[in-house]
Amino acid sequence: MTQQLVIYPLLLQLFLSIILMFSWKKISWQRVISIVGGFVNIAVSIWLFSYIWENGTQTVQAGNWPAPFGITFVADTFSATLVLLTAISGLVVSSFSSASIVVARLKFGYFPIFHFLLLGLNGAFLTGDIFNLYVWFEIILISSFVLITLGGEKAQLEGAVKYFTLNILGSTIFLTAIAVLYGLTGSLNMADLSLKVALIENRGLVDITAVLFLIGFGIKAAVFPLYFWLPDSYHTPPSAVSAIFGGLLTKVGVYAMLRVFTLIFVADEFLINTILIIAFLTLITGGLGALVQNNLRKVFSYLIICHIGYMIAGLGLYTEVAIAGAIFYLIHDIVIKTNLFMISGLIYRIKGTNSIRSMGGLYADSPKISFLIAIALFSLVGIPPLSGFWPKISLLSASFSAENWWIVGGILFASFITLIIIAKIWANVFWKDKVELPKRLNFRYFHKLTTVKKSQMIGPIVFLTLVSLYIGFGAEQIQQVSSRVADELLNNQQYIDAVLNNNQNLN
Amino acid sequence: MKTIILRTASDYLLPVLLIFSIFILLRGHYLPGGGFVGGLIASIAFVLHSFANGLSNTKALLRIHPGFLMPIGLMLAFLSAIAPILGFDLPFMTGIWMHEPISVLGTIGSALFFDMGVYLVVVGVTLTIIFTISESA
Amino acid sequence: MEVVLAIIIGVLYAAGIYMILRRSLVKLILGIIILGNGANLLIFLLGRITKGSPPIIPGDSNVFLSAYADPVPQALILTAIVISFGLQSFAIILIKRAYQVVKTDDLDEMNEIDQDS
Repeated sequence: MTQQLVIYPLLLQLFLSIILMFSWKKISWQRVISIVGGFVNIAVSIWLFSYIWENGTQTVQAGNWPAPFGITFVADTFSATLVLLTAISGLVVSSFSSASIVVARLKFGYFPIFHFLLLGLNGAFLTGDIFNLYVWFEIILISSFVLITLGGEKAQLEGAVKYFTLNILGSTIFLTAIAVLYGLTGSLNMADLSLKVALIENRGLVDITAVLFLIGFGIKAAVFPLYFWLPDSYHTPPSAVSAIFGGLLTKVGVYAMLRVFTLIFVADEFLINTILIIAFLTLITGGLGALVQNNLRKVFSYLIICHIGYMIAGLGLYTEVAIAGAIFYLIHDIVIKTNLFMISGLIYRIKGTNSIRSMGGLYADSPKISFLIAIALFSLVGIPPLSGFWPKISLLSASFSAENWWIVGGILFASFITLIIIAKIWANVFWKDKVELPKRLNFRYFHKLTTVKKSQMIGPIVFLTLVSLYIGFGAEQIQQVSSRVADELLNNQQYIDAVLNNNQNLN
Repeated sequence: MKTIILRTASDYLLPVLLIFSIFILLRGHYLPGGGFVGGLIASIAFVLHSFANGLSNTKALLRIHPGFLMPIGLMLAFLSAIAPILGFDLPFMTGIWMHEPISVLGTIGSALFFDMGVYLVVVGVTLTIIFTISESA
Repeated sequence: MEVVLAIIIGVLYAAGIYMILRRSLVKLILGIIILGNGANLLIFLLGRITKGSPPIIPGDSNVFLSAYADPVPQALILTAIVISFGLQSFAIILIKRAYQVVKTDDLDEMNEIDQDS
């Protein structure tokens, strides 16, 4: 049974979505199934992670077709880590959403679609086939379309049109890139492609294909200059939906970039320079964008873009230290961004507004919640020894040793600007004197909720804050994981052997 | 569109098209056809019926909401995909085949059940989409 | 044949991107559809066009007896068509809802979310 372990997180999510579809009208059942399923999913993911940690990269050949011909599912340390993080974010968001989203929205199939989204995420992390990656991207995309439009408010529909158009464009470019790659090599298996692309003599054509992949994934990951859809759409849906989007959706793009540009297109001068320029501009523009916004969730949306720059910079520097830093940042970022958007939802429930200027006095009203939020915000900035600090050290030391002063400047600039933004939020939302807001009728303020609902909203935030405290204080273990991932990514022979040499075992 | 010619024809065409869609479904493993095409043909049969007789009549004919076919089809496909893991300890979606062919149907394997799942999902999805669009039009 | 297809694909891509850049929502959807068709044809072309039989081995043989067409691009195109079928039907419903709520077809007028605080 453990031979098929790689596929279990996928099958579990598919099973959960089917069960949830059967109980389409029964929202109270769906809540229970979703949360219990989330716990099971964490257990399976921990099992997968510990198994991979002990035994190295594992593969499953779907349909028992040998490797370059069938679809392979591969779990190396990178995939297993991300599957585990998906499970954690999935559980907390399903708990948070069952408390914070109104039943009128939940009954249009929120939970089944949410688990289809998690299925797509797990699939994208585990697949070893480039076209299969495209299919998982589309599953993520169509689930996210439904989630972003659920409720059908005016702002949501306007945001959804932009989100929809640019993401479909990204997918089409990705598909075009796959077509060119298939024309060049005649293969779709990523391990096989790695061997075949290295043999192609026309390097210009390979570079163009790589740029097509870069644009396709860049739209998903929201890098400069392709990010404009993100701040226009992420603040419109319910905050639980924004939490899973902000935590995981852009990170799938980053994952795909890290995978493709270490495995298939081994970076040359041209690619590295392109990626570094993109990373620098992403750091700067995202930070400047966040500075001028007044809507709390728009600020966080721009911060997503700004912090994507760190990971892209880590990829662009292309040394083991830099990639380990990027992986560490990815782990930290998934947890912290999910948490941030849930916090914004909590503040919205307490105050009834998203505008930073009209808030105030949160610290005087509820000091305990403010203290909790403070830890999360400081982890985001990376005040030592909290979680954002350690990956930046790795990235900075890598860019110092590469003597790339632009990237050093970009990383420092983005860190300082994040600090300024957090200080601004803190001063305006927590310390400023309370502004009397008009009470909104029929609005479910936080203090009106039942104790169960309150704990369902606070619990996930406490849990994720603890996880990010662990990432900060247990940085050595996370660093071990990220160094191992970086080692596996740069020495891709291990991955190729695990996929292609599995054939002998079958026969 | 409620002409008497189309209405009369659609009464006869519905069962013929449905049988044809099942034929396409069954021949699908080695020859052109399969669950997706079969499902599309079956949904076209119902769409034609709804053009001729009105949406409410087609819904009454179907009895259940077509969206309900989706989880059933997915479950069928899911079970046929995990059957090799549970029963034979083979990778998932490995084809398991009966040794002796059955008359009319041919050799039965887990791929047939997967195709039947696809068939149901396609009918469910297509009819839900088309009914939703034509209802809100 | 290859040259003709290459020209058609180029035209489809150009037309699709031109339509996406227009401000009307309906033209946007049409552009996405045309672009998707261009991508599908591109897979078909780059999978090499062969005049051959379908890739089915006759029952009384173990190997292919004649030249056969590569089945993988066809499978990819079929998958991509199915996906775009789902996406496009979603898109049509979306623009219909958006038109009902926002009361405009013009993308430039859909900027209210940028103005709110």
